[in-house]
Amino acid sequence: MHILEGEGVTKYFGGLAAVSDVNFYVDQGEVLGLIGPNGAGKTTLFNLISASLVPKPGIIKYKGKNITGLSPYKICRMGIGRTFQTVKIFASLPVIENVRIGALFGSGKRVSSAEATRYAGEFLEFVGLTKVGSLPAKDLTLANQKRLEVARALATQPELLLLDELMAGLNQTEITQAMELVKKIREKGITIVMIEHVMKAIMNVCDRIIVLNYGKKIAEGTPQEITSSKTVIEVYLGE
Amino acid sequence: MDFSKLNWKKVFLTAGIPVIVLVILGLLPVYGSAYNLTLFTYFLLYIILSVSWTIFSGTTGYISLATAAFYGVGIYAAALYGEKYPLIVVVLIGGLSSFVLAFLVGAITLRLKGIYFAMFTFGLVLLMKEVIYYWEITIEGTRGRFVVLESNETIYFYLLGIFVITMIVAYLMKKSKYGLALQSIGENEEAAAHIGINVTMVKILTYAVSAIFMGATGVIMATKLTYVDPGVAFNPLMSFSPVLMAIFGGFGSIYGPVIGAVIFTYIQEKLTTGVWNKYYMLIFGAILVATILYLPSGLVGLIQRIWRRVSGGQRAHT
Repeated sequence: MHILEGEGVTKYFGGLAAVSDVNFYVDQGEVLGLIGPNGAGKTTLFNLISASLVPKPGIIKYKGKNITGLSPYKICRMGIGRTFQTVKIFASLPVIENVRIGALFGSGKRVSSAEATRYAGEFLEFVGLTKVGSLPAKDLTLANQKRLEVARALATQPELLLLDELMAGLNQTEITQAMELVKKIREKGITIVMIEHVMKAIMNVCDRIIVLNYGKKIAEGTPQEITSSKTVIEVYLGE
Repeated sequence: MDFSKLNWKKVFLTAGIPVIVLVILGLLPVYGSAYNLTLFTYFLLYIILSVSWTIFSGTTGYISLATAAFYGVGIYAAALYGEKYPLIVVVLIGGLSSFVLAFLVGAITLRLKGIYFAMFTFGLVLLMKEVIYYWEITIEGTRGRFVVLESNETIYFYLLGIFVITMIVAYLMKKSKYGLALQSIGENEEAAAHIGINVTMVKILTYAVSAIFMGATGVIMATKLTYVDPGVAFNPLMSFSPVLMAIFGGFGSIYGPVIGAVIFTYIQEKLTTGVWNKYYMLIFGAILVATILYLPSGLVGLIQRIWRRVSGGQRAHT
């Protein structure tokens, strides 16, 4: 079943088509990779899905329902969580509060303060941040701030999670840990769409990959198909 | 409830001290002089304004300079309805009108960021003033209005009431889930929206609620004035003073703006009545610049820093 579908999704910034006539789908339970050179429109596509931006023209459907034009908070409560390319944490609040806020507001259900604290504790443990729970979020390392964003997004109880460059700026050890984390999230039954430049990670964890270039979808397929595709090698992977 | 788990020190701090302060303030007209009653009236006035300013602007970082507009709406409510209705009804009218005005202004302008929002809200003060001048002079052929007077005690007790409600609302906002949403908007609005917070609604509603107290206070203070015109009612200083007081005291806590308001009002009173009266704005300016440079989190921040040093840095991580 397609959990998410896009039909003719387009977004212009002035005269520039950041995303142009992209059709895509995401199946329930899969990990979909989104790759392409810088400026290819990957993050714009994320912003369109999570409703920071509205496609014009184009339609985005979540579980068969048209969600084009809804506000971001509604999208979140329907079950689409996201992280950001440049971390957007609540810097001066304690780590655990960051996650509690996600639990309190993100699910669309009534969550009591005590329940939120319990959820926050669970998700911090899940991403491995239990020890630093009481520190202000700004005191964490970049790798941990990215984990915190994941925990906060998970606290909103998503069925679909958008990860925007989870591994950018991390060292080898941290990348391996992040890959483990993605696999663990998938085991929870959460569908994942991830933007990534770290090829090792993409090839390792993704079931399917979409390649964007200049806002257009230029290839789509399994990691094997993508690595052997001539166009993709030309514009992105290199010889 | 398990009483042995209660932290008595905390109970005393959150409930005990406010009750004691309230009793002292409530009995002031009995033992205080007329001068002190007036002085404390102004303390309460500026505390209410700067705390209600902090409720919205201190938390979200949207600097509103429309305090004078909402305060002025209250003053005009008193001028228009003071004779027709009992004071309590007029106070409600003033508060409600300010709520509606703030709600509309918020709906239009809260998508503006930073300095643009500050400019627009300040423009509102000037706009209100000019429009009402125009209305009075060209359409009604008058200028200004008379206001029904109230006794100093009545004014004082009404302000005390508004003060208590303002403090309770500010405290609940800080402690509640709603306050957490507000804080997260101040920290990172985009992230807040994407984890399920209806940022537009939270912002507009908080802004409008904070304006209720400003409007209600305007109604009460108008009854001290006998005569008001738009220049008196929409005085830009009423927009700036609460901001300065909140910055001086530190708007990270509820006590910050309270302390800032009391100290500033006291200095203002001493300076304007003494030989220094020509220089008081100058001295204010100097104090403010020094505060921003050396005490970015205000007096409360300074006290916390000293406290931390004295108590041996146990709270370094909180």
